Amino acid sequence: MSDLFTTHLPALIIAIPLFAAFLTPLISRINGKGRNFVVIVALLMTFILTIKLAWHVYTDGTFLYAFGSSDASGFALHTPAGYVVPIRILFEIDAMSALMGIITSSLALLGAIYSWNFVEKYETQDKYYTLLLLMTVGMFGMVFTGDLFNMFVFLEVLSISGAALVAFRTEKGASIEAGLKYMIISSLGAMFMLFAVCLLYGQYDLLNLAALAKRMDYTLLDEIALVALIGAFAMKSGAAPMHMWVPDAYGEAPASISLMLVASTQASLYALFRVVFTLYGAHIDPTTIGWLFIIFGLLSIMVGVSMALMQDNLKRLIGYTAVAEIGYMMLAVGVAIASMGSGYSLMALKAGIFHILNDALDIGLLFLVAGVLFYRTGARNLAQLGGLARNMKYTTFFFMIGLAAVAGLPPTNGFASKLLIYESIYLFNPVLAIIAILASIFMLAIFVKVFHSAFLGPELPSLAKVKEAPPSMLIPMAILALVMIIIGLFPNLVYSTIVCEAAKALLDQGGYIAAMIGGA
Amino acid sequence: MLTLDSGSGIWTPILWLFLFVLFSVIVLWLRGFGRSDYKKGTDQTMIFFSGNMEPLKDMVHIRSTNLYWGFTESLSVVFEKLRKAHTGRINDYVYWFVVVLALLFIIVILPGGGLQ
Repeated sequence: MSDLFTTHLPALIIAIPLFAAFLTPLISRINGKGRNFVVIVALLMTFILTIKLAWHVYTDGTFLYAFGSSDASGFALHTPAGYVVPIRILFEIDAMSALMGIITSSLALLGAIYSWNFVEKYETQDKYYTLLLLMTVGMFGMVFTGDLFNMFVFLEVLSISGAALVAFRTEKGASIEAGLKYMIISSLGAMFMLFAVCLLYGQYDLLNLAALAKRMDYTLLDEIALVALIGAFAMKSGAAPMHMWVPDAYGEAPASISLMLVASTQASLYALFRVVFTLYGAHIDPTTIGWLFIIFGLLSIMVGVSMALMQDNLKRLIGYTAVAEIGYMMLAVGVAIASMGSGYSLMALKAGIFHILNDALDIGLLFLVAGVLFYRTGARNLAQLGGLARNMKYTTFFFMIGLAAVAGLPPTNGFASKLLIYESIYLFNPVLAIIAILASIFMLAIFVKVFHSAFLGPELPSLAKVKEAPPSMLIPMAILALVMIIIGLFPNLVYSTIVCEAAKALLDQGGYIAAMIGGA
Repeated sequence: MLTLDSGSGIWTPILWLFLFVLFSVIVLWLRGFGRSDYKKGTDQTMIFFSGNMEPLKDMVHIRSTNLYWGFTESLSVVFEKLRKAHTGRINDYVYWFVVVLALLFIIVILPGGGLQ
């Protein structure tokens, strides 16, 4: 029984939120609180299963799961032309996918808990929770699948549900506009991804990532596919100069959905890394592709912090810093690619992956704090806020943790990953390290401005009666802050286990192919 | 578990925290030498504006729009260009995607480009 349960873990992780998504509107007709409870329980179960799956991956190696035919010669479609196509979808979960799964499940669970009070005044909560669960399914599918077309389908699930959630506050024109922009940008990215899939399928009759990686002849068409995939996923990750949708979407979405959008941009970043490292692997030109990533990273960092400095809308400000944070990850991974074969290449990759985890926590926490400020004061503009530390002590403390982490101040988790990034890129090119450090100083200045304008200063008469956030909103922030403190104080606890394994898995193209089809 | 080895050095947050607490204690000890006749809720706590009345709280608080004004003003040429590039129009978003894709095509597909 236990074996059977373990064998079907990936299917359960997808099936439980999917089933709950369609159950939600039905329960909603009976009891609203019951619906919220079911959503949280479903996501809690998914979280536990993801941890169990990750544990399995980190102890026993890559986990393979076939939906449909268990082997290529089993349940198959026989075409008149003589082709035998096994009918199945394969999930391949290695240490990198497992890490992304943990991020997805934890942020989705915290987002659902936070939503309990945050969206209680909206009548369309049934749709909200259905879409939130579908978005979670889309992210899980993207990070678990071993099939390129499957990845496209899950990207679409993620994009459609994400766009609807960005436009959730239908009474506001700006939300609908942001949702529409997100939809157009997502469709454009998905279209180019589909174009790349077509190019690859047309040549090799294959969609499976491992099989494609093994069979690829690295033709001109494969180069065109690579360009389309990099462009699509870089845009979906929010890399500058294709980042402009990010502050719109993050700024207008409910805070709990901004948290989910952080995870979704990281799922796209994961897809980008998977394409580069697993699909094309050792055949990419490290200098060209590495420097492309570095340029994306530098642009994202510089544009992100500069634009954030000018913002007075708190959520847009955090949105721009999220762009800068994506830049740090791309910069580190770019250095890892460009310096492939050197001693610090692996360290740069590990640093980039470590920062993915830390960014999800830091930016996620800051969005939740921004949501609390909006929920209690109704204000989105920093100029309308002040002196809130008097009435919102816990929220202030959580913001300070988020501030320190995102600015990379010791001893937070953000410092640990940024230290590794600085060191590895310094060994590659000191100028890059100087820019990265300067941008972190800017980041500190930006959040000190937020801290001063919103939390410090005299008690404003208009905000004298503001109360602390309700428990359902404090709990997710407390959990995030606690995890950040633990990772900050014991960085090696996560780094030497989860992060290092994820980096090794991402680099091990042969291992990925061998796990899927045997024999690299 | 306590020490992160970066290859070039180490980072031990617990040691950092210990030093932080130690220095905080020293600072508090030094603070103890300060005046102890400060009384809350008296005129001592009022802001002194050369004898003028204290302005309203709303007027005292330095808002976000005023912070870093000097910095953004002196670099306004750069910031204005960046602001103008962020038009908020979806046409421009797509434009940037097309531009980046075109550049990627040129860089990756040129001989000696993306694949080897």
